[in-house]
Formats: sequence, structure tokens, C-alpha cells
Amino acid sequence: MVSYGVFLQRELRLLARQKSDWLNPVLFFIIVLTLFPIGVGPEPNMLRIMAPGIVWIAALLSVLLAAERLFKDDYRNGVIEQLVAARHALQPFVLAKISANWLSTGLPLVLLSPLVALLFNLELPALQAMALTLLLGTPVLSLLSVLGAAITVSADKGGILLALLILPLYIPLLIFASAAIEAASMGLAYQGQLAILMAIVLFALALVPMAVCSALKINVS
Amino acid sequence: MFKWLHPLAKPETLYHFCGKLSPWLMAAALFTLLLGNIWGLGFTPTDYQQGDSYRIIHIHVPSAIMSMGAYMAMAIAAFTALVWQIKTAQWAVLAIAPIGAVYTAIALLTGMAWGEPMWGAWWVWDARLTSQLILLFLYFGVMALHGAFSDRQTGAKVASLLAVIGTINLPIIHFSVEWWNTLHQGATITKFAKPSIDPSMLWPLLMSLLAFKLVMLWLTCVRLRTAILENEQHRPWVKQLVGKV
Repeated sequence: MVSYGVFLQRELRLLARQKSDWLNPVLFFIIVLTLFPIGVGPEPNMLRIMAPGIVWIAALLSVLLAAERLFKDDYRNGVIEQLVAARHALQPFVLAKISANWLSTGLPLVLLSPLVALLFNLELPALQAMALTLLLGTPVLSLLSVLGAAITVSADKGGILLALLILPLYIPLLIFASAAIEAASMGLAYQGQLAILMAIVLFALALVPMAVCSALKINVS
Repeated sequence: MFKWLHPLAKPETLYHFCGKLSPWLMAAALFTLLLGNIWGLGFTPTDYQQGDSYRIIHIHVPSAIMSMGAYMAMAIAAFTALVWQIKTAQWAVLAIAPIGAVYTAIALLTGMAWGEPMWGAWWVWDARLTSQLILLFLYFGVMALHGAFSDRQTGAKVASLLAVIGTINLPIIHFSVEWWNTLHQGATITKFAKPSIDPSMLWPLLMSLLAFKLVMLWLTCVRLRTAILENEQHRPWVKQLVGKV
């Protein structure tokens, strides 16, 4: 528990020093959002219908953009090798990495959701649903992108490979999140979809850190 | 059981075991494949609703079932490779992956050819079609990941890890027809209920299913033997074997 705090502090300090690591994905998110109305036309009703999907795809891509560099520096300067050798330190390190990743790329997206709702003329119920699904869904995005980064950390051409591996695993999340927002914008109950999202979060939180640890071990040995 | 399986982890034993097995598998696979497909495609009665175009079921359903079956086999091999650190199991993962990918592609393509006359479209964004497409991407992911590492050993291990993680998708594909109300029809053959298909169509279908399974086993044996030779090329037993031929 103590080492988790220390690692989290280290990650946050690194993020504070390298602002581009978390600012760029957020900017990327906004730019992707502005490209959609230009690409498909500025018809307000159509944009309102498409908004859930657009927001979620932009979120997926921006989290993925931040993922590639997650373990690269720690791998190059030997931090990960030392942690694998120390055995017990690896698990808290991975958890801290996931938390820091969510705080720096997931949370800003949740906070930006009112702005997105304004841009796409969403009404209040849809806005609430979008904020809730992002709040529940972005931790899963972080967990899976950390997993992808860990798997490809010693690969020669990691970047595109990472997207190829992780995007298929995002699909269940995308299905239920956009279903929830769609139901909310039609005035229907969406607690069911939220419950499933919650289940996905808990399931991923239980299993992903374990998989990340073994992926790091394989990559170091 | 374990005592019987354990010697097979040794590459040399496994090589000879697969060598003994594969001619039998080949004969059985080709026999059932010819029988099942000629019977199914040529001699079964016409469907009262879908006419003759339903006959593609004799290729579509076995390849779809085996696309998931191959993934399951690959994941079990991957799990064995990771937990017990058995090298031959890693090679088995990489031997099965392309076979499974081809089955998935066959299922998708025959499904498209079947969907065009029935639904009026080559492709619909239906839950089962989409999740099957994802399965294809998972196979590609496993193969691409293996190729991305300069160290073969690490590549094989990481690909095994991904294969295990990807099993999450199997229940989603299998139950997609029941969870979402979709265009794709429900399962025709189930273990527990009486099948919703006439016996005259069921038997050739089961024959084709067996054939597709045997083809997979046969090709896996062949590919595994090649992989063993490739990975063990510096060992004395391989040199002796190659020198002898």
C-alpha cells in the first residue's frame, strides 16, 4: 500500500513535468470531435443522433494515442527490469500506472463532456448518460491500453500493433456505452447498460493488472 | 493421463508422434470432407423456405463452429504454454492461428454469399457478423504480435498471452444471437434440445463438421512438425534426421 502511494506520486510528478503526455491526447479528442461535423455535414439532428458513437470513438482513439509511450521510458532505462527482479513491487507499480493513466487521460474526457454536449446540441438526460458512461468506461479504456502497452513494450514496431491488438477488446464497452446514451436521449431507462458497464469495470480491474504483470515479466526475460 | 501426455512435451517425441498421426488424419479428413460435402451439397432435399441456397450451410456452419473451436484449442495451448512453460505448446499456438483465421474467413465469406439472397445485402452490421469479424482481427493480432519481436521466444510467449486474453470474445460471439435481437438466425444444432433441422439435412452437416475438425487436426500436426524442425534445427536429433533423408 505504501509503495502504491510512492509509485503514484512518481507517476504524477512525471506527468506534471511532461505536460505534452496528457495534454496532446485531450487536444486530439477535441480535434477529432470537430472533424466529424465537417466530414458528415453540420445537420444538427443528424449530429445529435451520431453524437454517442462519435464521442466514444474519439475517446478510444485519444486514450490509445497516450498508451504507446506508457512503459517505453521505464523499459529503456531499466526501471521495469529492476521491478521484475524485486517481485513484490511490480503489482503496486502497475496499479499506480493504471491510476495515473486514468487521471491524466480518462478524467479530462469526463470533465469535457458538458462541452461536448453543447457542441452536439445534446439535451440534459443524454448529457448525464454520456458523463456517466465516460466515468464508468474510461477506467476500462485505461486498463486495456496499459495492457496493450505492456504486451508490446519490447516489440520493434509497437505503435500500430498496439491499436490492432487493443481495439477489438474495446468493442463490448463501445456497444453498451453508446446503447446507454441512445436510450437516455430517447427518454428511456438506461440503468441496465450502466450496470453492465460497471460489471465490465470490476471484471477488468480484477484481471487486467495480473495480465499486465505477466506481460511485463515476459518482455523483460 | 498426465503420465501419457508428459513425454509429448519433448519436441523429438512430439515430432514423431505427429508424424505417425498425420497420414491417418489426412485419410480420415479427406474421406469425411468428400463424403459430407458431396452428400450435403448434392443429395439433401431442398429447403421449403430458402430453396437450394441453404445448402451453403454445409460449409458455413462447420467453418463457423471450428473458427471458435480452433480459437479455444489455441487458447488452451497458450494457457499450457504460459503456466507450465512448455515450448512445444507455444509452437502449437502459432501452428493453429493461421488455420483458425482461414476458417473464420471462410465462415464470413460463405455467410456473405448466403446473406445476399436471403437478406438482400452482402453485409449487415449484425451482432454475430461483427463479433465474428472481431475474431478474425484477434487471429491477425496473435500472428502480427508474434512477428513483431526480434526475439522469437518472447514473441511466442507474448502471442500466447494475447490468445488467452482474447478468449473473452468467445462467449460474446456465441451468445450474441441470443443477447441481441438480430437478423442472424439462432443456433440450428444444440447439444441439449432437439435440433431444429430435419435428420436428412442434419447427418451430412454433422459429417462436414467432423471433416472440418479432422482437417484442422491434420493441418495442425503438419504445421507443428515444421515448427519443431525450424526451432530445433541446431539440435543433434534434427541434424541426424535431416542427414539421414
